[in-house]
Amino acid sequence: MSSTSALWLAVVALGLYHGLNPAMGWPLAVANGLAQRRSRAVFATLLPLGGGHLAAMSAALLPFAWLVGYVSWSRAIQLAAGGLVLLFGVYRLLRRRHPRALARIRPTQLAWWSFWMATAHGAGLMLLPFTLGLCRSPPEAGGGSAAHAAVMGAMGTSNVITALSVAAVHTAAMLLAGLCIAWAVYRYLGLKFLSRVWLNLDAAWAGSLVLAGAAGVVSAA
Amino acid sequence: MESVRLDPTFHPSPRLAMQAEPEHIAYTALLSPDRSRPDALAVVDVDEGSATYGTVLNRAELPHRGDELHHFGWNACSSALSPLSCNAFLQRRYLLVPGIRSSRMYVFDTQPDPRQLRLVKTIEPDEIRSRTGYSRPHTVHCGPEGIYVSTLGGGGPDGTLGPPGIFLMDCQTFEVLGRWEIDRGPQELHYDFWWNLPRDYMVSSEWGLPPQFENGLVPEDLLGNKYGHRLHFWNLRDRRHVQTIDLGANHQMALEVRPAHDPSRDYGFVGVVVDTTNLEASIWTWWREGGTFHARKTATVPPEPADPARLPELLKGFAAVPPLISDIDLSMDDRFLYVACWGTGELRQYDVTDPLKPTLTGSVRVGGIVAHQQHPSGRAFGGGPQMTEISRDGHRVFFTNSLYSTWDRQFYPDGIPGVQVMCRVAPQGGLELDPRFYVEFGDGYAAHQVRLQGGDCSTDSFCYPSA
Repeated sequence: MSSTSALWLAVVALGLYHGLNPAMGWPLAVANGLAQRRSRAVFATLLPLGGGHLAAMSAALLPFAWLVGYVSWSRAIQLAAGGLVLLFGVYRLLRRRHPRALARIRPTQLAWWSFWMATAHGAGLMLLPFTLGLCRSPPEAGGGSAAHAAVMGAMGTSNVITALSVAAVHTAAMLLAGLCIAWAVYRYLGLKFLSRVWLNLDAAWAGSLVLAGAAGVVSAA
Repeated sequence: MESVRLDPTFHPSPRLAMQAEPEHIAYTALLSPDRSRPDALAVVDVDEGSATYGTVLNRAELPHRGDELHHFGWNACSSALSPLSCNAFLQRRYLLVPGIRSSRMYVFDTQPDPRQLRLVKTIEPDEIRSRTGYSRPHTVHCGPEGIYVSTLGGGGPDGTLGPPGIFLMDCQTFEVLGRWEIDRGPQELHYDFWWNLPRDYMVSSEWGLPPQFENGLVPEDLLGNKYGHRLHFWNLRDRRHVQTIDLGANHQMALEVRPAHDPSRDYGFVGVVVDTTNLEASIWTWWREGGTFHARKTATVPPEPADPARLPELLKGFAAVPPLISDIDLSMDDRFLYVACWGTGELRQYDVTDPLKPTLTGSVRVGGIVAHQQHPSGRAFGGGPQMTEISRDGHRVFFTNSLYSTWDRQFYPDGIPGVQVMCRVAPQGGLELDPRFYVEFGDGYAAHQVRLQGGDCSTDSFCYPSA
């Protein structure tokens, strides 16, 4: 498997992981489905959750993807990004509490909630090292001899497109996983199952950030 | 405080809470009516298989005197499973116990041994006053932003400097965070509050300001209709007042609010202590339709004529005993509403399957201002049915007999020795006092609110329907 497909695989795997994590919102879809007694409500809840997640991913990935276009700085930026993710993971390991402000968001503002939830948890940051890996891979073949300014512009654009694709593919995987589990609980497994599978992933989540950050640092170094 | 699995006493829906293991322990607030001793929390054995069933296992005394324990609550409950509040991995472990007279709050740890409460924190009245401007903390609920505590008093020594309201506490450090309200609208009095979490609204009720209750019921204020008679509806996340429903000035003291437990049901109940035009007590149903709240009187309990010679000073002129609905409680399946008539000494059970048409399905009599009805065990019962707590499965209803020390003296001048009793509920309705269960607290203590280990019908709020 090429390194590029490995990176895409990681993006998809993280999407499934985020989707299965109750903290990213699928229990809300179950609650709304049960409250309205119709399956459409399950889907209708997941869509704004996905929209908010996509926005959070894009907000975290785009600035870095664009910056990496500055070729002479790209390594430093990747190192910095990896370090940032790693440090954020350590911070989340030490301070597990969730920001209280998230509890202030109304149940009707699902996309907004999903955006802040993913942002506060560093869900977008977790993807950053993989995304930057993808941003770097194609242009390297083009060589560094081309006119600097032109390459920079082209690469900036292509990196932004890559980052958007990463956010979209990741969110699609997240939505699919969330939908599968929400639907299974709503239709077949029942709320008792929800209590059983709702595990405290805070430490695992923070550990994932540390790992992703470390991977970014190692690959850039 | 952290574990990998959810606290097994948190339940997504009321139905799952009903299926959980029955309670083994009850915690009961005790107070020393003459303030000669510190108030206490009693640990009562309610495990029918236990050799010490129906006895007081332990008593945790407070370090101060004159706190006047009233209502208390858990640091966390099933509301933690709200996917929006990201607090799912809290533990139902600490009891938050406010002193309504001292404005002091205590935090008791129920672990490692739930029979042996440990005082872990005392929050002094000055901290509450300086951070919130409130005093006389009263009802405790765990919710999306932490612990919510309603207060009955504002600032100043008599609690009339500014209106009372709700303040927030951190559910892990128990730090007082500040006022909950951002816009209180016309709300000036406070009593109880509760909410519907997914529908994002709160309901609150009104009793009176501290000068209207601390030294006893003020007859002129009551006859002048100056106690609370309004319901307030709030946007829970926005912390804004959205609507007031005035039940009418004659409907004095709208106390406990009990929303349906199933969050897909958009209604609830409130009990009114006394109608000053005819002394009757009433149950009101409130509901939401098209975004607006409505309320209607749906049941009344009439006063009972009595020989004035047998009545306390306060009631002699009326030649009747008012029922005085001091507490109501709704079973977890939203089917039965229990109504404590503290004056006449009756606990009523209404079938509220149709919330706008409660039907009386059961009643027991014990105590009462004139009746002095004995308990089926043959023992005396001072006071009348007061704070009521229903087991999660709905099969047992516990209650105590004291209302508030100074009010107790006015209505029951012979005194109210603290007692906790229990009714058994027939599956299709009807209830009976259990002659075996009669807990005496002794030492001149009065008994107030009961909390059940693992949650009860006035503690937990749910985010998922029972469907």
